[in-house]
Amino acid sequence: MIANYGYMDGSGEYYITIDTDKCAECEGKMCIAACPKGLFVPIEDDYGEDVVEIDSGKVKELKYQCMDCKPTEKPPLPCISACTPGALKHSW
Amino acid sequence: MTKEYWRWDEKCWKDESMDPKSAGIISAGIDIGSVSSEAVLCLDGKFYASNTIRTGSNSPTSAKDALKPLLEYTGIAYENLDYIVGTGYGRVNIPFQDKAVTEIACHGRGANYMVGPSLRTILDMGGQDCKAIHVDEKGKVTNFLMNDKCAAGTGRGMETIADLLKVPITEIGDRSFQIDTPAEPISNVCVVFAKSEAMAMVKSGKTLNEVLASYCKAMADRVTQLLDRIGVEKEFFITGGISKNRGVTERIEENLGIKAVKPKDARLDPQTAGALGAALFGFVLASKKGSKKASRKGQTL
Amino acid sequence: MISAGIDVGSKNIKVVILDGDKIIGKAIQTGSDDQEKSIEETLNSAVKDAKIERSAIEKIATTGIGRKVFKEADYVITDVTAGGRGIFECDNAVRTGIDVGAEESKAIKVNQVGKVTDSAVNEKCAAGSGSFVESMARALGIDMKAFAELALSSDAKIPMNAQCAVFAESEVVSLIAQNTPQKDISKAVHDSIASRVSSMVRRVKLEPRIAIFGGLAYNPGFVSAFKKNLEIEDIFIPEEPLFVSALGAALLAQEKKEG
Repeated sequence: MIANYGYMDGSGEYYITIDTDKCAECEGKMCIAACPKGLFVPIEDDYGEDVVEIDSGKVKELKYQCMDCKPTEKPPLPCISACTPGALKHSW
Repeated sequence: MTKEYWRWDEKCWKDESMDPKSAGIISAGIDIGSVSSEAVLCLDGKFYASNTIRTGSNSPTSAKDALKPLLEYTGIAYENLDYIVGTGYGRVNIPFQDKAVTEIACHGRGANYMVGPSLRTILDMGGQDCKAIHVDEKGKVTNFLMNDKCAAGTGRGMETIADLLKVPITEIGDRSFQIDTPAEPISNVCVVFAKSEAMAMVKSGKTLNEVLASYCKAMADRVTQLLDRIGVEKEFFITGGISKNRGVTERIEENLGIKAVKPKDARLDPQTAGALGAALFGFVLASKKGSKKASRKGQTL
Repeated sequence: MISAGIDVGSKNIKVVILDGDKIIGKAIQTGSDDQEKSIEETLNSAVKDAKIERSAIEKIATTGIGRKVFKEADYVITDVTAGGRGIFECDNAVRTGIDVGAEESKAIKVNQVGKVTDSAVNEKCAAGSGSFVESMARALGIDMKAFAELALSSDAKIPMNAQCAVFAESEVVSLIAQNTPQKDISKAVHDSIASRVSSMVRRVKLEPRIAIFGGLAYNPGFVSAFKKNLEIEDIFIPEEPLFVSALGAALLAQEKKEG
């Protein structure tokens, strides 16, 4: 499943996309520790897969939550570097 | 009491041709949305009855207020329910449910039941959110996107405009087509700013219908943009409260160049897709993991 | 030289008339559906305030969201440039100016000569602008000024979940229903907007001295929450926070000629 967490508002589009098929196969789930804001939370999804989702309390603030990691001069993002199966993407 | 322009009908409905007495498994699905709450009963995995109410001040009360009248209406005892699944925004706070399932998964399953295995894309426009979902032939979600941060593109956005212009929400769809020239969309995405823009349009001499058309067009454009992120494949189905507003749905269809399908059974209300999906999850869970009826023995709601 | 700067904001129109670097007249008026007429009226009030003839104005520069409406303008200047120039004029120690208006908020960095070096803008979403506070005050039925001051008397920390002005209004209504004191609601609202604005401005590297201007600079509830959020005590607020961009435009109108 391709899970898009985030939102669109008047100021733009902010989505983190998780490919849960890839995520389910990942043992380490290193993204959880890598994110300085604790955005990634392990869950068992509705189809019984062990995956991560974005903390529901923070999903509406993604633009601000991710801001510290986002200045263009310091890519790549820690969550994306930590994601060994390549399951993560940011839309902005 | 001031007139409430967002009101819709709240009522119970059942399929008279079905008999709960001869059912093996009775499952209930409850969808607690931010604006409306629905309860659905299924007999052996077949849609039987539904009820829609305005969500109250808290989820436990709303869940009870949705289910209780439906049980009374259908004559089914609470203790005879084999499985109760909760979903929606308030799903974690339904005390008498056996399991909570996300609204994304429930919508996928409910819509698959309403349309059939050829369904691929669901657009759910709820009171406080908007979701775009791809499903496979079994109704399993393959891709989804949700927007519950911003009121633009949600029922609440439409209610705000209905209240501002003092037009009953149920009339907006038809009235938005009673115009002479095609409407330009309202340019502000943000509902707060769109309100000022709508007021300015009224002051500049536009008719209410023209302003409604402009807002419906803006909402359709907004939702189309959201759908673009995951793409739209046929068959395409629209659920949620705004599915009843043709001012928005027909403009979305025009943007996409794809007609939305209707439920196979015209009596099925797209607004109840989430609760139906929850009841269907309940049926599967009861069949696979066993009935939870015993836990309700001697109890009433 | 006598110049005029006109800032056509989403809510108010502000005009500053300068003679050299001295402010000789100013005026403010709420915009209307006929912006051209409103601009004309505000400019005439400022002319009257300056006790000059309209024809004495040699150059006019416009800025703000409606800056292109006024056809007589000699120069049309972006909000960021005008805001940066204006705030630097108010205190030339300022390196970061934060403009929180009715419909947008911005962070503007300026160098030691008042030239803009970097900026961040949060636009087109009421949750990040002054309208947010205004909508919440309206939901409570309290006027803006009283609502802003209420926040100062509360120590409560009620989190607001909604990140949208429309949804936040319902949240405020339910807080009222739970008998939450008004001062605590006001604090929650101001904390919420301050947290968003401060996240936004952190995108530019904040350099002291920091200044706040625009409509929300008048709001003590916001300023206090904003200071706490940024953990910066020394924040400069100009005497007339609403006129900063108009002043910047008027100055730039003169400097353009010299340059």
